[in-house]
Amino acid sequence: MTAAAGRFAWFAGHEARLAGRDLIAFLTGGRRRSLLAALAWVLVIEAAFHLVAFAALGGATVLAGPLDVPMLVLVSGIGFLSFALMLAQAMESVTRVLYGRADLDLILSSPAPATGLFALRTGLTALGTTAMALFLVGPFLNAAAVLHRPGWIAGYGVVAAMGMTAAAVAIALTLALFRAIGARRTRVVAQVVAAIIGAGFVIGGQAAGILLYGDLGRLAILTSPDSMAIAPGPDSALWWPARAAAGDVAALVPVVGLAALLFTATAVLAGRSFPAVAIANAGVATVRAVTGRRAAIGFRLRSPAACLREKELRLLLRDPWLISQTLMQVLYLVPPALLLWINFGRQVELPAVLVPIVVMAAGQLAGGLAWLTISGEDAPDLVATAPIRRATAMRAKVEAVLVAVAVPLALPMALLLATSLFTAAVALAAILAAVASATAIQFLFRTAARRSQFRRRQTASRIATFAEAFSSISWAAAGGLAAAGSMIAAVPAALALAVVAVAWAASPRRND
Amino acid sequence: MRVPALELAGLEKRFDRPAVAGLDLTVAPGEFYALLGPNGAGKTTTLRMVAGLMKPDAGTIRIYGHDAVADPVAAKRLTAWIPDEPMIYDKLTPMEYLAFVAGLWSIDPARAAREARDLVGLLGLGPHADERCEGFSKGMRQKVALAGALIHEPRLIILDEPLTGLDAGSARLVKDVLKARVAGGATIILTTHILEVAERMAERIGLIAGGRLIAEGTLGDLRGAAGASEATLEEVFLALTAAGPPGVAA
Repeated sequence: MTAAAGRFAWFAGHEARLAGRDLIAFLTGGRRRSLLAALAWVLVIEAAFHLVAFAALGGATVLAGPLDVPMLVLVSGIGFLSFALMLAQAMESVTRVLYGRADLDLILSSPAPATGLFALRTGLTALGTTAMALFLVGPFLNAAAVLHRPGWIAGYGVVAAMGMTAAAVAIALTLALFRAIGARRTRVVAQVVAAIIGAGFVIGGQAAGILLYGDLGRLAILTSPDSMAIAPGPDSALWWPARAAAGDVAALVPVVGLAALLFTATAVLAGRSFPAVAIANAGVATVRAVTGRRAAIGFRLRSPAACLREKELRLLLRDPWLISQTLMQVLYLVPPALLLWINFGRQVELPAVLVPIVVMAAGQLAGGLAWLTISGEDAPDLVATAPIRRATAMRAKVEAVLVAVAVPLALPMALLLATSLFTAAVALAAILAAVASATAIQFLFRTAARRSQFRRRQTASRIATFAEAFSSISWAAAGGLAAAGSMIAAVPAALALAVVAVAWAASPRRND
Repeated sequence: MRVPALELAGLEKRFDRPAVAGLDLTVAPGEFYALLGPNGAGKTTTLRMVAGLMKPDAGTIRIYGHDAVADPVAAKRLTAWIPDEPMIYDKLTPMEYLAFVAGLWSIDPARAAREARDLVGLLGLGPHADERCEGFSKGMRQKVALAGALIHEPRLIILDEPLTGLDAGSARLVKDVLKARVAGGATIILTTHILEVAERMAERIGLIAGGRLIAEGTLGDLRGAAGASEATLEEVFLALTAAGPPGVAA
């Protein structure tokens, strides 16, 4: 083995160790658990996914049918939406490679050539993206292969090709952004672009489907007659990935080969460019001096609680990344809002199915914002030592959450109100309940954290994460059933209350 | 008789082991008091309880006569706490941060604006007063936090390692500001590992070990307790903390 190869292998071992520990921390929420315990959890979740996949695909006999154009369009559409999500994840990973690791100073100041290390980290980006996709898609490929056509197992190869391509595109995009707008802005812009790409493709397809065909299904536009009319013939190279996923080896080989080629070329390019980019990045602050003369918090007479509310809202408004995360939640409201608008225009009675979407979005939005205001307080000592009662401070923060949730929900609520007073009233009640539950759960599991740790909030407490999700889902179901006039709405409502009660019982005891 | 600025009696806090074990301490108004001790002695825990960031298991805390446990709001109105790691908001400018703090302490806006301008100028933050704090160095962040602590003109200022990470010029500036506050009647209690700061600035020094006060007084008093009349504070500190409190291993 040459010295360079030996050094590369040593770097690979180092990176594998760090990646493994990151994975365990991600799986266990940072608690000290063994790798075996973490893997056991993965297996349990994967088994559950398999149950869902086998149940969902049991009747999908179309998967055993011929690979005609409608089938190819459908598979390609699913693949494209999945690729958008993989690209978003890869962009996040690439940003972390450039900005996130604390060891860049050490590596770049050492005599070791950094080219290999950056190429290696690029490879890990592709591996991580592929692994996450396979974790989610794998059970469905297995189910399709077992139940309908063994060839679907080749989908694993296509997912790997998609992972490599997503990593390559993410690297190229990030490097291009770096050259175009510099180190300062690339980080934020890349994260915002990642969020928009992830949600945009999925929601955009849904919105287009609604506008054109009045159907809420994400794939409505793909299966429409217009799409079929412009789709190329079954022998087109455009369908190679879909054919490859279905087990066509003649398509699988070029798809995987081209992806590998693209990835290798990008990894080599990145290996050469990243050290220079990282050094350039280290030479400048990642933030530019932003002046706050406009709309500044001024010296005005107001209560301490008003001061806290203003501060919370100001901090939310000034964080582009947080706004992008919030924007994603709001984007999910666009399709139901469009459907509302179309239905209203046609004087058609509102489908009760829209209420749960709005309620679910409100619950999720409130959960994230409540974490930011309650746990993500960057100056907890300042607030705690201020002459203001703890309950008053907490109430002010919760009020800030309510305002922040109300703004994006105002439009769909106004449309609901214009369409049906009863449905709007039910939606409002369910929204308030979902927001209160999510906020209460975040309060019960509050912790001291930096706002920048927002990404980690869902792994910090599994119970809080699941409780928040279950309560939002339950209130969404209750709202939907109530809007439809069903008395069964009491069941999910009771379940939501039970979830909050369980969260209270399971929350850490405090004596502060 | 003047009401003490700070009066601790039988203060106790226990985590896995006793962190503060029956601490009695009195600091007079207008006094500059340094609380010294080895790592894990209970200094920060004590100060965090005084600042209202932690509840004591037992004992009383009185700030200018106000019971800090029973009536924390009244006690906090008179107090400022500056931790070793400055906690400010990256997305606010120094002036906005000061406006926020002034709002929390319900300071008259006109007075707060005037005081903010003075503090920003005094601490050399003028050119950055309207820039967001996200790009600031640790020293600048420390100055912003200090300005925030002083804007409501506290009568008791509690500082935990206030000079950590500051360059010589900034450290000198902070020391001058603190001295001026004491001259103006404020009481300061600080912890520091830089013994020279305590030696030069503090009127009285308390040595804490194992959660108890093992010696207290002027530097001369401490030299007497250590039986070394010409010793430096460092030598006195090492001699007294090596002996440790009665019944507590050093």
